[in-house]
Amino acid sequence: MKLLEVRDLQVHFETDKGVNRAVDGLSFSIDTGEALAIVGESGCGKSVTSMSVLRLLPTPPGKIAGDIRFRGEDLSTKSEREMRRLRGGEISMIFQEPMSSLNPVYTIGRQISEAVRLHTGANTRAARKRAIEVLILVGIPSPEKRVDEYPHRLSGGMRQRAMIAMALACNPALLIADEPTTALDVTIQAQILDLLRDLRKRTNTAILLITHDLGVVAEFAERVMVMYAGRKVEEANVADLFAHPRHPYTQGLMDAVPKLGQVRSGKMSKALAEIPGRVPDLTQAFEGCVFAPRCPRAEDVCTHLDPGLEEKADGHFAACHFAPKEAARDKA
Amino acid sequence: MGSYIFRRILATIPVVLFVMLFVFSLLYITPGDPAAILAGDQATQAEIEAIRIDLGLDRSFPVRFVEWSSGVLRGDFGVSIFTRLPVSTMIQQRVEPTLSLMVVTMVIAITIAVPLGVLAAWKHGSLIDRAIMLFAVLGFSVPVFVIGYVLAWTFALQLGWLPVQGYTPFSEGPWPWLRSLLLPSFTLATFYIAIIARITRATMLEILQQDYIRTARGKGASEQAVLFVHALRNASVPIVTVIGIGITLVISGAVVIESVFALPGLGRLIVDSILRRDYPVIQAVILIFSFVYVIINLLIDLSYTVIDPRIRY
Repeated sequence: MKLLEVRDLQVHFETDKGVNRAVDGLSFSIDTGEALAIVGESGCGKSVTSMSVLRLLPTPPGKIAGDIRFRGEDLSTKSEREMRRLRGGEISMIFQEPMSSLNPVYTIGRQISEAVRLHTGANTRAARKRAIEVLILVGIPSPEKRVDEYPHRLSGGMRQRAMIAMALACNPALLIADEPTTALDVTIQAQILDLLRDLRKRTNTAILLITHDLGVVAEFAERVMVMYAGRKVEEANVADLFAHPRHPYTQGLMDAVPKLGQVRSGKMSKALAEIPGRVPDLTQAFEGCVFAPRCPRAEDVCTHLDPGLEEKADGHFAACHFAPKEAARDKA
Repeated sequence: MGSYIFRRILATIPVVLFVMLFVFSLLYITPGDPAAILAGDQATQAEIEAIRIDLGLDRSFPVRFVEWSSGVLRGDFGVSIFTRLPVSTMIQQRVEPTLSLMVVTMVIAITIAVPLGVLAAWKHGSLIDRAIMLFAVLGFSVPVFVIGYVLAWTFALQLGWLPVQGYTPFSEGPWPWLRSLLLPSFTLATFYIAIIARITRATMLEILQQDYIRTARGKGASEQAVLFVHALRNASVPIVTVIGIGITLVISGAVVIESVFALPGLGRLIVDSILRRDYPVIQAVILIFSFVYVIINLLIDLSYTVIDPRIRY
């Protein structure tokens, strides 16, 4: 049994312009202790997906359909009270903005021990002890002092560590990390990723990492899922994906990453590759492949036939009519 | 912090001095001669002149101001022109109903308005939200005395639950005291509830969009905890500010309400004194009201540091 299994997730928003299909028929799963990354550009539905799992999306205007199972249990049948027990307990989240994700009027310790008290029924004293423990775990120096500090007295990196401490306080089985390093300096990013990797090893927590940064994916995840316009366009092991990206969108994303030394190696004037066009308006109905309007390889068939997700090689799925099958494509 | 409180108290001194100067000049800038009124229609010019000298009205402005203010600082507001009683005695007799009215009004207003505002923000766009906001608009726009008469007619005359008018001192028991204050306090609280509920809703709407609210829900906090522990405290600075500003409205409303419900308070005293041109009393009551306002706003400024640890002076 998978730890988390999502099948045919649909998240739609009622807007003035019509129904926005933010997530359209997404399926994925995570095993215990596994690290899965969801990659895609802004607005592709990554965060909406993660919020739907915990039912944290405001509904209405949102509408969630599909099957979300945690340890085999259908989450859509759970009451709000049961969901609350899950949130921050078995499944916890860390968010993109450490600066604004902590409540400014309560101390770090108060906010961490709130989670502990909610899920373990510990008294104030035991919860505070646990808060100090997790602050040690995430590598915050002098935790006995920091525990009584207000968020505004901590740096961005420290705040993100505190957020992680809060998320880990109740030993979750699944940690959803929504762009955990995006708002941080590069050196701090590396530290936080190291920390998450280390914690995963030590606590055997499965991590669902949501990011737009392929560098973070390569560093961190075991499996990667690439999303575009609310759909999964490719899924593979990290090594496979980086060695042989099969979907033109994934290839485009990789070409758009600057590489060290690229400019100096003779091609002085070569600009960074970009994917032409823009993300489609998800309130508009369309036929065929979502990526076709921006795809360099699009042909007639793409505009009227949805390619659907297909296993192109062992454990490597892509949704493209022209993605090479089995034989690895040589990408010179 | 200590030095801030000290500086903040020092800063209120010029305010109070300015109010004193203004209040004192009322005697000179308003029409009508208290000596002539006191002397009555039949008095001769000589009699009026004698009264004027008796009251000290013949001396110069600076001399009388210094004399009056040094008295005020010692708690001596002079003698009423009309009753010939010390003003401080008259105020002591009248202060309890007004103070009771203000306190009960504030307690009622805050305990009703804040939860209403939170509810409206939480269910924003819903029927409940619209009903609360409609009530708020009504609370603003219907005059206090109209609300007063409607409430008195309903709850006192028709239903007979509460006394129509009059005041029962606290010394006769807390329940009769509270009964005598419920109608006037509710009446006075209506628009106060309206402004506090509106500002609570507006601030809460903004706060509920914040990332830390999502964090709170993400860790499994109940909706009550999200609203009242995580959101409301962050929304408190504007709410408390409006409560402080609203004190002026409560004070001016008290003047009207005391007449409607026949409460023997400072509001009635000042109305009567204005009609009698009893300047020492008018000056003293205005001064006391401004002092109350200054003190409450000082307390509110200080409360910010308790509410929000980021605010340090």
